[in-house]
Amino acid sequence: MIRMKPVDVVVVGFGWTGSIMAKELTEEGLNVVALERGQYQDTSPDFSYPNIADELAYGIRGKLFQPLARETLTVRHGLADTAVPYRQYGAFLLGNNVGGAGAHWNGQHFRPSPEDLNLNSHIRQRYGDKFMPEDMTIQDYGMSYDELEPFLGQFEDVCGTSGQAGNLNGQKVAGGNPFEGMRSRAYPNPPVADTYAAKLFANAARAAGYHPFPQPSSNASQPYTNPYGARLGPCNLCGFCERFGCFMYSKASPQTTIMPALMQRPNFTLRTNSYVTRVNLDSTGKRATGVTYIDAQGREVEQPADIVIMSAFQMHNVRLMLMSKIGKPYDPVTGTGVIGKNFAYQMMSSMSVFFDKDVAINPFIGAGSGGSQIVDDFNSDHFDHGPLGFVGGGYIIGGQTGGRPIQQLAVPPGTPAWGADWKRAARDSYLHTTSVVTHGSVMSYRDRYIDLDPTYKDAHGLPLLRLTFDWHDNEYKMSRFLTDRALEIVKQMNPRQHSLLIRQQGDHFDVRQYQTTHTTGGVITGTDPSSSALNKYLQNWDVHNLFVPGASAFPQNIGYNPTGLIGGLTYYAAKAIRETYLKNPGPMVQA
Amino acid sequence: MTRTSSSSRLGRGLLWLVVIVIVLGLLAWLATQVIRGTRPVTAAAQAPSAELIKQGEYVAQLGDCAACHTAKGGKPFAGGLPIAAPIGTIYSSNITPDADHGIGNYSYADFERAVRQGVKRNGDTLYPAMPYPSYAGVSDQDMQALYAYFMHGVAPVAQATPANAIRWPLSLRWPLTYWRWLYAPRVASEAVAVQMHDPVLARGAYLVDSLGHCGACHTPRAPTLQERAISDRQGSLFLSGGAADNWLAPSLRGEMQNGLGSVSENELASFLKSGRSQNLAAFGGMSDVVTHSTRYMTDADVEAVARYLKSLSAHSEQAALSYDSATRNALHSGNVAQVGARLYVDNCATCHRTDGRGYGQTFPALAGNPVVNGAAPDSLIRLVLRGSTMPAGRDAPTQFSMPAFDSRLSDQDIAEVLSFVRAGWGNQGAAVTAAQVQALRAALPAGQAGPMTDYDPRNH
Repeated sequence: MIRMKPVDVVVVGFGWTGSIMAKELTEEGLNVVALERGQYQDTSPDFSYPNIADELAYGIRGKLFQPLARETLTVRHGLADTAVPYRQYGAFLLGNNVGGAGAHWNGQHFRPSPEDLNLNSHIRQRYGDKFMPEDMTIQDYGMSYDELEPFLGQFEDVCGTSGQAGNLNGQKVAGGNPFEGMRSRAYPNPPVADTYAAKLFANAARAAGYHPFPQPSSNASQPYTNPYGARLGPCNLCGFCERFGCFMYSKASPQTTIMPALMQRPNFTLRTNSYVTRVNLDSTGKRATGVTYIDAQGREVEQPADIVIMSAFQMHNVRLMLMSKIGKPYDPVTGTGVIGKNFAYQMMSSMSVFFDKDVAINPFIGAGSGGSQIVDDFNSDHFDHGPLGFVGGGYIIGGQTGGRPIQQLAVPPGTPAWGADWKRAARDSYLHTTSVVTHGSVMSYRDRYIDLDPTYKDAHGLPLLRLTFDWHDNEYKMSRFLTDRALEIVKQMNPRQHSLLIRQQGDHFDVRQYQTTHTTGGVITGTDPSSSALNKYLQNWDVHNLFVPGASAFPQNIGYNPTGLIGGLTYYAAKAIRETYLKNPGPMVQA
Repeated sequence: MTRTSSSSRLGRGLLWLVVIVIVLGLLAWLATQVIRGTRPVTAAAQAPSAELIKQGEYVAQLGDCAACHTAKGGKPFAGGLPIAAPIGTIYSSNITPDADHGIGNYSYADFERAVRQGVKRNGDTLYPAMPYPSYAGVSDQDMQALYAYFMHGVAPVAQATPANAIRWPLSLRWPLTYWRWLYAPRVASEAVAVQMHDPVLARGAYLVDSLGHCGACHTPRAPTLQERAISDRQGSLFLSGGAADNWLAPSLRGEMQNGLGSVSENELASFLKSGRSQNLAAFGGMSDVVTHSTRYMTDADVEAVARYLKSLSAHSEQAALSYDSATRNALHSGNVAQVGARLYVDNCATCHRTDGRGYGQTFPALAGNPVVNGAAPDSLIRLVLRGSTMPAGRDAPTQFSMPAFDSRLSDQDIAEVLSFVRAGWGNQGAAVTAAQVQALRAALPAGQAGPMTDYDPRNH
């Protein structure tokens, strides 16, 4: 075992949350070492044009994702099933390498609705204690929207998010999201110009009585310098965002927004190919002494540190907590324990919308988030759930994120899957097809959780994670309701034809089908150590010098893309560490 | 036979010639050995003030010592950076205060003689890769601060300087002494020579001509490698454009097309501080200059440099370029009949835009850019082949990279697209040939994976 020189802070995983924490804590003068299991990668040369626009290498084979042949997780639907490994990318895309999922996201940069942060008490208060299904285990975050608001804004400023405010300091602003929570500052950049398809969608949505607005996007609409001095290029709507790195420097990522300022700091060190296997504890079990990792040469290395930031991908945070034996593992039979609890996901439905040849959609003009329009009337608790009988909701999006030939080429229903007829349909449809998608929340339930698999091991011989997940009735109802609203809009768009993919009663969770990728929970925040792993500062209840930022902290999933909330929570926790914890190390919330 | 006798006569003559050359050579060598013996004597050193050390650090930045004396990924000033010179590879020396490998044993007088006169402590003449002809003009005050910094502000590093890779007879040191006698100016005559009414201009001239040694790259050199003018007083060849390391250093004088005639003082100041400006971006050797030197300059010094450069007359008279929107209109309307235009739209327009104006402080303009309008296209060809990364500026940490196109575009493609760029939007650069691209492609050393930031761990 090699023992490294002790440092003030060790950061485990160098994606969004790891790089934010490293930047904020180096500014405090602390010596920070970040350990990343994957490779170093940066805009140049790794994401250079034209090599990065290779759909087979990046989109299908997942060159930027965690290599599943070395480490994956197993999946089952219920407690009585045997889990089997997830061997090919489909339902979710696991972040890996420097920048993590922050390098290959789409840039869809939403804030949560205020009620998303205290959903459990909000629903009970508005609809009564009996409204929720008995096995639904949703919880409050422990902090209010107002507490979090400045930090959601801080992250938008770092990302150069492009969008239109809908509620500025309590004043409604035309053109923005009328349902959003109060924002104390406008978006740092104006919205990305709408694609033609987004305009068609927005006009139809307005005609249907809804309130469309430009999707908040961390694809910069213009060159922008963020508060760290890092500069973004303008998005050119090339259509290669999600699954790809951005060659234009316009998608916010750790590479484009934080690393230029962080990497030059003398009190920061990044070690790649460093695979952390556990957090080490002192004899009391109440204090972390650092972490142990396997380096590129396969050697075991100990990195002592005063503070441990566990900032790996959501799934991996859960795994590290379980492998480090910190906190009580969740038991779905008794409903006790906290680690692995409340795994959640999201539920989408999608419609391909086919127009005649006189409508030029030109789908190759698209961006991961810029240029699309959103209808948020049926997200969170923006509408009366009382007569509908479900909790949650989602947004409806119109426009396309690109026109890639393998994954983004739709043909009308009834077209053969191959052959001359398929080719003809593909050729006839390509330039005249767009999509309308619903993006819905998934609540947490007593029997939906993560633990360590009893059978399967990774390349290092360590146990894989096991995911136990399937849909519940609440989500089928949510998706049906949301999809019907989307179909109203599609009808208004007056296309020649449309297709529909929706999950309905009887459909099981299928890892082969792509949907949103947003996995959450497992190391959740809350108000009480018996039902959560972290306090609202993302500080572990048991080990006070361990902080666990990321989507793993969400007690249930929201109807929005998670990155805006992840960044906001991380800045909120970073400030608490800087201003409170460092002065007086110990639990910042008394249990 | 006549043939034999004439050839033997010739043989005897040659023998004599050889003997004479050898004797002259020995005498020439002897002369340099006699001179080298006289090491200057100095007073005992006293510990300098922290303020003087700090001042010396700034002087070292203005003099851009680190650009050559700090190797990529190496310890500060420990040397070892390979410098490709016409005679072979020279490695920069360790100038940390390490007694065995650095300059720890140098007295102030030794140090001063090395920097301003090009003579090592052992009496050898330094290769003029060390710009002592420019440093001859450095003030005594700055020299003392610099000495204080190198002796007390730099950590000693015990690292030997690699042996230079220069072939005999060019590897002989002593002929350099004559080069120095011929071409390096006398310290006393030059140091006080900057006499200008405007103190800002005077400061600018001092920084550009002496400490900053801008002429080392930007002034053309004679076949014997000395700069053809060491200051503006020696004529308008000074800073009229030079070459280094397969890059062309553009003219810093007032030419309207390919000098600084069309670049405002403000834009020049932004370029020096940030490595980029509204229309320009630093590349090649200038990246190192920004990284190690100009980004540290005070605003007053940046202003002085910009104003002085803008005061230099044009070496050749050129009509000002005027933007021609025909190129933009053609590209806008989808007219890419010209091969170069099509290649431009496919490869370049995303960043540099169809209007050729790029994005300010982000992706440089090609329309009206002096480098694009340069007499020779070498830098442009190299940029397209290998790409380039902007240096981190003072308040601009983002290092934008242009990708390498060497594996994507053929020699003919690059010639076509560069010819298009050099003639587009009112630019007046001459066409580029495939042969020019081919020659540069062959001349460039084997490349790395692609352009990388300074902080990329794979770059070290």
